[in-house]
Amino acid sequence: MIEPGTRAPALGLADQDGNTVALDDFAGRRLVIAFYPLDFSAVCTDQLSIYQEVLGEIESRDAALVGVSVDSSACHAAFREKIGLTFPLLADFHPKGAVSSAYGAYLEDRGHANRSLVLVDGDGTVRWSYATPTPLEVPGANLIFDALADA
Amino acid sequence: MVGTSSLGSAAVPSPDADDHVRGRGPVAIVYFDLACPRCAGTWAEIATLELELCVRHFPVASKRPRSPVLHAAAEAVAIQSEDAFWNFWDSLLADRAHVDDPHLWERVRDLGLDLDRFQSDRRSDAVAARVGRDFRSGIRAGVTATPSGFAAGERLGDDLAAALRDLSLQSR
Repeated sequence: MIEPGTRAPALGLADQDGNTVALDDFAGRRLVIAFYPLDFSAVCTDQLSIYQEVLGEIESRDAALVGVSVDSSACHAAFREKIGLTFPLLADFHPKGAVSSAYGAYLEDRGHANRSLVLVDGDGTVRWSYATPTPLEVPGANLIFDALADA
Repeated sequence: MVGTSSLGSAAVPSPDADDHVRGRGPVAIVYFDLACPRCAGTWAEIATLELELCVRHFPVASKRPRSPVLHAAAEAVAIQSEDAFWNFWDSLLADRAHVDDPHLWERVRDLGLDLDRFQSDRRSDAVAARVGRDFRSGIRAGVTATPSGFAAGERLGDDLAAALRDLSLQSR
């Protein structure tokens, strides 16, 4: 997992609408990146739904939130609509898992990202990172708020 | 639910006078979404266990748009009668096919409550704050799915019904 103090690797991923999203798009604001295994799987649905519920509070702390998985833009679009997400989901689809790998959040043996959280500050430096011990464990939104308060 | 108070990590609060608590036995706290099918299934298995069971609101509105309405309605019922709250809570989880407004009104009438008062209370700031209190304590305790449960300050396993059954048997 990427360490605090490290320069955040570039994003350059398509969002659910096919628009490329870069770290610079969030310049001056903090960015929480939530790497997660797969759209539509039960645990990921729970995780992202909870983050959606507190999205306003994340934004009120001068931060944005994006989700990243190996699913395609089209899949992300359907998934967002199904569970009512309004924050962007980025497609680490081709080359598969490249950005997740750059953040140390990719599980080669499984072919998807580990459930991980990264906080990048407005200058593009990683301030905090967290990886769950197993993909079945879900990092609570409380950890995001701990990081936003401390970082 | 935008607020300014902390949402950082905090232990799950012990039940207090404002909580909804029923039964006798080991104390357990559950965070429920009244529109969540898994919660309804779990409730059928745990409602009558020998536990001092504290239920808390955890509506996940983005996923289940009806959820906040049901939790506010339950809290509005509680303002008039705690016994009625439990009846209402049981009923919503037992019959998820009848949760539109006319069904809620019918329940309120059957419980002998004041319907006009229910209608104004369910949209009140006080009720929203009471539901939000539970939701925020759940977020701070790391709740990431419904149903979730806690006993003795510890998060219970994913098979909540099994965990609570084991807990209830410990008291014998």
